[in-house]
Amino acid sequence: MSRRYERILNHAVLALFAVVALFPMIGIVAQALKLPGSLSFDTFRVAWNEGHFAGYLRNSVIVTAVTVVLASVFSIMSGYALGVMRFRGAGAVFLLFLAGLTIPTEAVVVPLYFDLRSAGLDNTYAGLILPQVAMSVAFGTFWMRAYFRSVPPSLMEAARMDGASSWTTLWRVLVPIGRPAILTMVVLITMWTWNEFLLPLVIVNSDEGLRTAPLGLSFFQGAHKTDYSLLMAGALIIAAPIVIVYVFLQRRFIAGMLSGAIKE
Amino acid sequence: MTTVARQKTPEPGPEATGSSNGRPAGRRARSRPPGEPRSVGWLYVLPALAVYGAFLLWPLVRGAQFSLYHWDGIGRATWAGLSNYTATWTDPTLRGAFGHLLVLIVFYAILPCCIAFVLVAVMSRTKIRGLTFFRTVLFMPQVIAMVAVAVAWQWVYSTHGPVNTVLGWLHDLGLPDWRHGWLGDFTFALPAIGLVGTWVEIGLALVLFLAGVQKIPRELYEAARIDGAGAVREFFTVTLPGLRRELSVALTLTTIMAVRNFDLIYMATSGGPGDSTKVPAYEVYNRTFNTGEVGLGCAIGVTLAVLAFAITAGIGRLVEGKGE
Repeated sequence: MSRRYERILNHAVLALFAVVALFPMIGIVAQALKLPGSLSFDTFRVAWNEGHFAGYLRNSVIVTAVTVVLASVFSIMSGYALGVMRFRGAGAVFLLFLAGLTIPTEAVVVPLYFDLRSAGLDNTYAGLILPQVAMSVAFGTFWMRAYFRSVPPSLMEAARMDGASSWTTLWRVLVPIGRPAILTMVVLITMWTWNEFLLPLVIVNSDEGLRTAPLGLSFFQGAHKTDYSLLMAGALIIAAPIVIVYVFLQRRFIAGMLSGAIKE
Repeated sequence: MTTVARQKTPEPGPEATGSSNGRPAGRRARSRPPGEPRSVGWLYVLPALAVYGAFLLWPLVRGAQFSLYHWDGIGRATWAGLSNYTATWTDPTLRGAFGHLLVLIVFYAILPCCIAFVLVAVMSRTKIRGLTFFRTVLFMPQVIAMVAVAVAWQWVYSTHGPVNTVLGWLHDLGLPDWRHGWLGDFTFALPAIGLVGTWVEIGLALVLFLAGVQKIPRELYEAARIDGAGAVREFFTVTLPGLRRELSVALTLTTIMAVRNFDLIYMATSGGPGDSTKVPAYEVYNRTFNTGEVGLGCAIGVTLAVLAFAITAGIGRLVEGKGE
């Protein structure tokens, strides 16, 4: 086989599968814009107004932002401690977090519903945010610990010599140089939280004003069963924010998602 | 400095024992390097551990507790022992649901890995132009909210959707009429759901394997060719062993995706028609909130957690362990 032929075959295979991967998405956009034939944003306007997507997106932004900030700060702190400090029980704590990597939402959602309801936390932002912070810190701690272990000890030694406390060393020295690792963690937690469906479905069971974007889409679907162009417009609205972030930061998404399963 | 620290660590000595009662260690901690035993580590771990314990571990324990009772969610709970767990295989609907899960694992994990392997084997190891672009596109289904994916595929499978349109053309060409309401068909709904999974996961497997193949030393392929190995032998003696780690990661991630398959089922079929697309992840919700069998829902949830843990621990050992 000639080099040229091999190269063409490679690209043909990849192009075919790229088209397959994009096909439903092209369909979404075409349906929502009423392509081909005419270009119309009417569907979006109707979906936006009838579907209350502005409210859903606002809720998703609030829930995602708070979850990401809390989970990231907590993960950086615990990853730091488990990565560079030695204290009694550190190994056991790490194993505990590691076990959490595999716990599916399905296993905890029912007890969460009943216990949060007794605590008056169903249909609240706190009820949506705290369980998702808990799910995120398992991965976050695992991820940040790996980063802190990769930092040369001489760096921390130098900071200590300059009189920096462990707290200052973390936030002034280690976090700034660890931006790539932290960014990967942030985009993954953002995606997981934004896309989470089962938890909001169960926790937000009566207050319509708290519905997140994926939950909103499911209710929108219930109201417009087979109006596909309208549904597609809704699907596009809720998927677009993450897809846009993904296009710019694809390397972080892919590296992070593929490493999540790799255990030591 | 560093050598001193390293010498000290293997035997914690009196400092570590002192740290258990907190105060003296706290005073001494300030003058010690970060690598030394210090209870201040607990303060750093505390926020994450508290939220994690209260909102993930504790619910897991509560779920295990609930699973030992018959409870409709409102009235009094009665002790059930392990009967909710035995129900997961004696109840025909639930046995069916676990059977469907096995079918979906084939579609979500085995099929994508096989297809990706064939593609990687067919593609030679010449440099690929625009690899970043292809990787971005192939991986994209992974980041789209599953509820949006479900809506898109409902259109794909709908009465006048693309699948039926193409089959309509084939019918016009003289082939039998294969058009169906795919997601409403007792025979085809489950494979139709499965193919959505194949579509989502194939990119993940392909991206992993493409990256893995680049890491296999070229000399191994040259040596195989000198030995007169054909394309098939080359694949089984060089490519497959070289991709063992990637295969293990791909199988783990995709199998877990098959297990946690609530969103797609809820949006696309709600387990129907009949029970034909019911899966355990959906039954957790269905039994708890629709049929008032909270204990049974929790038992299925706990079973899924154990399953997910076993898959994660098991696949790596199975695929990678053999080489050692």
